[in-house]
Amino acid sequence: MLAYIARRIVYVVPIVLSVALVCFMLVHITPGDPLVAVLPADASQELAAQLRAAYGFDRPLPVQFGLWLWKALHGDLGTSIATGRPVLAEVMRAVSNTVTLAIAAAIIGFSFGLLFGLIAGYFRDTWIDKMATGIAIAGVSVPHYWLGMVLVIVFSVQLNWLPAVGAGPGGSGQWAWDWAHIRFLILPAITTSVIPMGIVTRTVRALTGDILSQDFVEALRAKGLRETGVFGHVIKNAAPTALAVMGLQLGYMLGGSILVETVFSWPGSGLLLNSAIFQRDLPLLQGTILVLALFFVLLNLSVDIAQALIDPRIKRA
Amino acid sequence: MRNSRLNNRRAVLLALSMASVFMMPSLASAESVLRIGMTAADIPRTLGQPDQGFEGNRFTGLTMYDGLTMWDLSSATKASVVIPGLATEWKVKDDDHTKWIFKLRPGVKFHDGSDFNADAVVWNVDKVLNKEAPQYDPSQIGVTASRMPTLVSAKKIDDLTVELTTKEPDSFLPINLTNLFMASPTKWQALYDKAEGADAKAKSTAAWAAFAKDASGTGPWKMAKFTPRERLELTKNDGYWDKNRIPHVDRMVLLPMPEANARTAALLSGQVDWIEAPAPDAVKEIEGRGFKIEKNEQPHVWPWQFSRIEGSPWNDIRVRRAANLCIDREGMRDGLLSGLMVPATGTFEPGHPWRGKPQFQIKYDLPAAQKLMKEAGYGPTKKLTVKVQTSASGSGQMLPLPMNEYLQQALAECYFDVKLDVIEWNTLFTNWRRGVKDPSANGSDAINVTYAAMDPFFALVRFLQSSMAPPVSNNWGYINNPKFDELVKKARTTFDDKERDEVLAELNAASIDDAAFLYVAHDVGPRALSPKIKGFVQPKSWFVDFSPVSIAP
Repeated sequence: MLAYIARRIVYVVPIVLSVALVCFMLVHITPGDPLVAVLPADASQELAAQLRAAYGFDRPLPVQFGLWLWKALHGDLGTSIATGRPVLAEVMRAVSNTVTLAIAAAIIGFSFGLLFGLIAGYFRDTWIDKMATGIAIAGVSVPHYWLGMVLVIVFSVQLNWLPAVGAGPGGSGQWAWDWAHIRFLILPAITTSVIPMGIVTRTVRALTGDILSQDFVEALRAKGLRETGVFGHVIKNAAPTALAVMGLQLGYMLGGSILVETVFSWPGSGLLLNSAIFQRDLPLLQGTILVLALFFVLLNLSVDIAQALIDPRIKRA
Repeated sequence: MRNSRLNNRRAVLLALSMASVFMMPSLASAESVLRIGMTAADIPRTLGQPDQGFEGNRFTGLTMYDGLTMWDLSSATKASVVIPGLATEWKVKDDDHTKWIFKLRPGVKFHDGSDFNADAVVWNVDKVLNKEAPQYDPSQIGVTASRMPTLVSAKKIDDLTVELTTKEPDSFLPINLTNLFMASPTKWQALYDKAEGADAKAKSTAAWAAFAKDASGTGPWKMAKFTPRERLELTKNDGYWDKNRIPHVDRMVLLPMPEANARTAALLSGQVDWIEAPAPDAVKEIEGRGFKIEKNEQPHVWPWQFSRIEGSPWNDIRVRRAANLCIDREGMRDGLLSGLMVPATGTFEPGHPWRGKPQFQIKYDLPAAQKLMKEAGYGPTKKLTVKVQTSASGSGQMLPLPMNEYLQQALAECYFDVKLDVIEWNTLFTNWRRGVKDPSANGSDAINVTYAAMDPFFALVRFLQSSMAPPVSNNWGYINNPKFDELVKKARTTFDDKERDEVLAELNAASIDDAAFLYVAHDVGPRALSPKIKGFVQPKSWFVDFSPVSIAP
């Protein structure tokens, strides 16, 4: 098992380096001036050159990449051009808000997804299955931002039950797990949860149906095992794939949703990315993408290890 | 009997005192709070020189800080003009027109209690212009130095007098100085002394970062609480030097809400009392629920800037004038923009001191436009193809695509065949500086980038003076008109304000007569306010004064 984990960790190193290179290149090859956030279009040439030198944009790209990577390896992602604040602090603050949202959305999405998936799988081709599948398809198909806006119109503007925007009455810095704050989380969490709910429902439905049609289930029933016991076997066989799908979905949610976070002004990594893109704040953009990509890589690593623990066949593969 | 009366009195007194104790919290909670949803995605920088354009100056510049000169924001009908701020008077030296003497306002204090004086002015000039000064901050120079392009240094004469030097005679200096906000040197020095860093530069950066979290200026609002990207809370400065501008509201909370529908929902659900730029299609709904829409003509222009290089179809003045006569701007205002624009007939409209008396009247006159085009050799069977570079969104661009499609349709009536080259906003903004000769122009004959027209340099000079062609500044199309050059030179060297304004008016009129741009619209800076808000005045400016605003409980 340890050898398997070590091998997986070694695989992560080139992935991380490639991610760093790709995110650096992506933001640098797009047209436009990296200093647009602090340099008005009417600035003099001398001023532009002075600022370019001050921020190190006058150096060749490989040198810039090398310096950035070296600093990143030491935990310094640079300073935001637009705000002058350290990128790492900005990203970590935003990521913690996104994690709060992602966990809330995962609890809602995965719970309902598993429930609907199992019910649909057990009652395949009945009206119950059609209803659960219909909800899943709607969840996957409805655009996030549209659903978010509809929820805001109904529950904030018309009924005045829940707040429309923000992360608490005093901002996310004073976040607490009480009703005054949780009410700010409900609408964005529901909006974020619909796609994972739909995907998990469909996956679990397919897995359950497939497992129930296998010979070993027939054998278990023939041996007189109760239906609850059979259910336990179904769950255990479906778990590795369902876990992989949920891990992937959690990864997507931890990446933050630009659309959902913008609609609800939720100060997470999606809103941060949105701001970095519109301000063309390259250090912030690079740093945010890198941290989010690392999260994704580490999450996949954790899921791989968890899968191997549940299903010993995987580590032998 | 007497004892019982005394006891009664004591009981009443005790009850009153107890009631007053219990009422204390309710008195404390009677603090008036104004909550504003901004269009910015982040709180503009708070260290003195805000980013995010004029929205930044509006919310974190003019609130916490003052300049030597300021804008008069007290009237909704008159043009907003420059008035004394931290300087009470100024004059260029008779024997050397590159040197100005500014007399400073006595008795002004920063929020930390230190004195505002000549040393503070020199320190603040040095923070953006003197590379050797410890407080020199590259992150602040971009947004400052470009807005006062000729200022080079400051020198203390006495505690309340400073001498400012420009690299060439420049009568625009007092207007440009509205962009230099005075931060407290004492506060910064205390933070610098405490800052950690490998060298002086690192300590300086750390001190500015700390200053941004605990700012100190001389403005009518003080920083109270700051959560980056989420909220900025300001409290009123009771000791503000202009007693007429001490805020009526106790606390102001600024919340970034970049999405128009989110802002609108926050207003309608009572989360905020005021939003900037409500979604145009929600205006009816907002008004229907009793909220007020405030708007006024802004010093902002939505134009097409023409290419004037060899071979450009816009080199023919008949074509330029025809385009300007072919647009039904009132139709655009009443239809597409739901009333949220003012038709543009030049950079400045009648009533502005820099308007002048143009001979060519920009209006909707289709027959006259078609006649001019026919004289220029075009017609229904011989259309003139022009390509315009624009963006799908962007700061100040209003609704760029629908508005350009409206122009495309309107100009087709005058034998134009308009092709749109739509690119990303930041790229367009960068291309604007590179000019029409650069490959990034992609063969365009015009560019659609909106501009602020607060001061003469930004409104006229950078577009009309031939020496402002790329890469120097924003004369994108390489306009080269000796009359414009002569008037710019004359305006910059005329130091009597009234005479200078007359020259600027002449320059504006000349640019209209020349149909230098396709002038389309002025933004109106719409904002939606709760009916509880009283005393608000929307001036003809990018800025507003929050001091007279009050809010009913």
